[in-house]
Formats: sequence, structure tokens, C-alpha cells
Amino acid sequence: MSIDINLPEPIRISLAGPADFVALLKPRVMSLVVFTALVGMVAAPQNLHPVLSFLALIAIAVGAGASGAFNMWYDADIDALMSRTKNRPIPSGAVTPGETLVFGAILSGFSVLTLGFVANWLSAGLLAFTIFFYAVIYTMWLKRSTPQNIVIGGAAGAFPPMIGYAAMSGTVTLESCVLFLIIFIWTPPHFWALALVKSADYAAAAIPMMPNVKGHDRTRLEILLYTVVLAPVGTLPWMLGFAGVTYGVVSIFGGVAMLALSWRVFTIRTGPAVNKTAMQLFGGSIVYLFVLFAVLLLEHVVPAVAGLAGWIA
Amino acid sequence: MPQNLPPRITLTPEQAKARRARNIAIGLSVGFLVVVFYAVTIIKLGPAVFQKGG
Repeated sequence: MSIDINLPEPIRISLAGPADFVALLKPRVMSLVVFTALVGMVAAPQNLHPVLSFLALIAIAVGAGASGAFNMWYDADIDALMSRTKNRPIPSGAVTPGETLVFGAILSGFSVLTLGFVANWLSAGLLAFTIFFYAVIYTMWLKRSTPQNIVIGGAAGAFPPMIGYAAMSGTVTLESCVLFLIIFIWTPPHFWALALVKSADYAAAAIPMMPNVKGHDRTRLEILLYTVVLAPVGTLPWMLGFAGVTYGVVSIFGGVAMLALSWRVFTIRTGPAVNKTAMQLFGGSIVYLFVLFAVLLLEHVVPAVAGLAGWIA
Repeated sequence: MPQNLPPRITLTPEQAKARRARNIAIGLSVGFLVVVFYAVTIIKLGPAVFQKGG
């Protein structure tokens, strides 16, 4: 097999497979986006055909993946310096930065337009803003310039349930804002717990994460303060009447568990348990958010399932 | 080979395999988009689109 083409030496011919391009989408982040967006969709008034709802969810997922590709394109230089990210497709040489940029741009365009066509242009606009916010505001600007990077940038991760809600209902309501707020307040203690353990990595890449700029003790204090705010915010869906008693009980116990984990991070500052407690908070925060949204999902789906069973009978 | 032809690139088996895999993935994606836009059109227009006019 040969092609007639005259290129300067050395000629680079891609060995990238589909899996490398899928890796550019940050599949694990995408799965969290799909999950939180789904909860936003289920919590919303159901004004959309089920097939269109499914396609809207895919569009939101692809949009999130596109922003991940933009992030990997811009951050390839620092990704190569950190153990956690050095095997990503660009630093590993599987995909070129140019291919990644074009890939992200095409997926962004198609995901936003598709969401607009299948759902509505409010949700498409929110998705476009989220991609812009993550790629430009967070990745290009905040990440390398301020220790508040993940505080403000966390908004990008908090938008998906709001987009899902808007896709179904065509509106932004207090309920979707509360879902946004939970993820927004959850993000700093979640990421700073990891940053405490990986601070040497971030220092090597000159990323001004909170532990590198303000010190580990100040980071521990801020983690505790954000968790003190997070615990009551997590109960808001129940307090405001959007969620049932099950959610109320789970969110209270979850909030107490998060406070206990962050208190341990705040008080244990020396010895071999330091990294262990930080990683327990990091892992615990993922479980906390997952459980809160899973209960919200079940509370909305189970009555619908029960209704469906009654309708079939 | 005539002298005025540009140099030719011969793909290695790995390069050819990777290109084929990429082409299949792109083809499936485009096919999926066709199905998506067809389905969206039918759903948005409603089932009446299949009824013949009198």
C-alpha cells in the first residue's frame, strides 16, 4: 500500500487507534458527567421524547469529552511532567497536538448542534459555555495562574446536571442550581485532598495548586471549611422539598462522614498516615457525591417504575 | 520509476492497521450521526409523516 505524497523528512505516519482518541475524551470524567447529567434530566419535568432524551445525554457526554480533548491539547507540556498524566495520548506520542485540537473542535461543534436540535438551544448554549469555561477559563487561564484554579474551574464540572435539567425542561430552575451548587462546593475538598498527596507532581509542573502556594496546613484548613459548607448544602434538595426523606437521611450521614474525613486530614499532619487520610478523603468524596446523586436518581425513577408497573397491570 | 515522480511512502503493517481502524471508527460515527438525525427528524415531525396525503 502506498500513497503519492511529498512531505519533508522525517515523515510521521500516525499509529493512533480509536482507543487513543477515546482516551482524549477522559472517559472516567465523562462517566461522571453522564451520571450527573442523567440525574438532572430525571429530576426535571419530563417534556422530551425518550429517544431524544437519550440522544441529548450522549450529546452532553460528547461535549464533555471534547472539553477533555481541548484540555489535553493545551496541557500536553505539563502532562508530560506529572506521573499521573504522562501516559496520556499526546505525551506518550500516540496522537499529535494538532490532531487533538481538530478532534476536540469537531466534537464540540457536533455535540452542541446536536443537543440544540434534539432538545433545545438553552441546553446547547449551556453546553457550549461549559466547554468554553473548561477549555479557556480553567485550562488556559486559571490552572496555571492561581491556587483558586479548581475552585472557579469546578463550575465546569458542576454544569452537567444543569444542562441535563435544561435539556428536559427548557429552563434553569432553583432545583438545577442546587445540583450545580453541590458539585461546585464539593470540588475543592475533593481535588485538594489529591493535591496534598500529589503536591510534588504539581510543583514539578509549576501548577500553583493550593498546597504548593499556601502550604499544606492552609490547604487542610480550607478543605475543612469547604466541607463545613458542603455538608448542609448537600441536604438542600431535601430541605427545599426537591428530594424525599431517604435523600435527607443519606445526605446528613454523608455530610457527617465527609466532615469526619476532612477533620482527620486537618488534624493528622505528620507520620505515615498523612497521605492515607488524604486519599481516604479523596475516595470518600467520590463515594459521597455518587451516593447523593444515586439516591436522587432512585427517588425519581422508582415512583415512575412503580407507576409503569401499575399501568401494565 | 520515472525520475520526476515524488518519493512514495509505503505504510508498515502497523500503520496500515491503525489507519484502517481509524477509518472504520470514523465510518461508524458518521453512520451513527445519519441514524441520529433521521430518528430526530421522524420524532420531531411525528408519525403523521408516514401517512400519504389524500
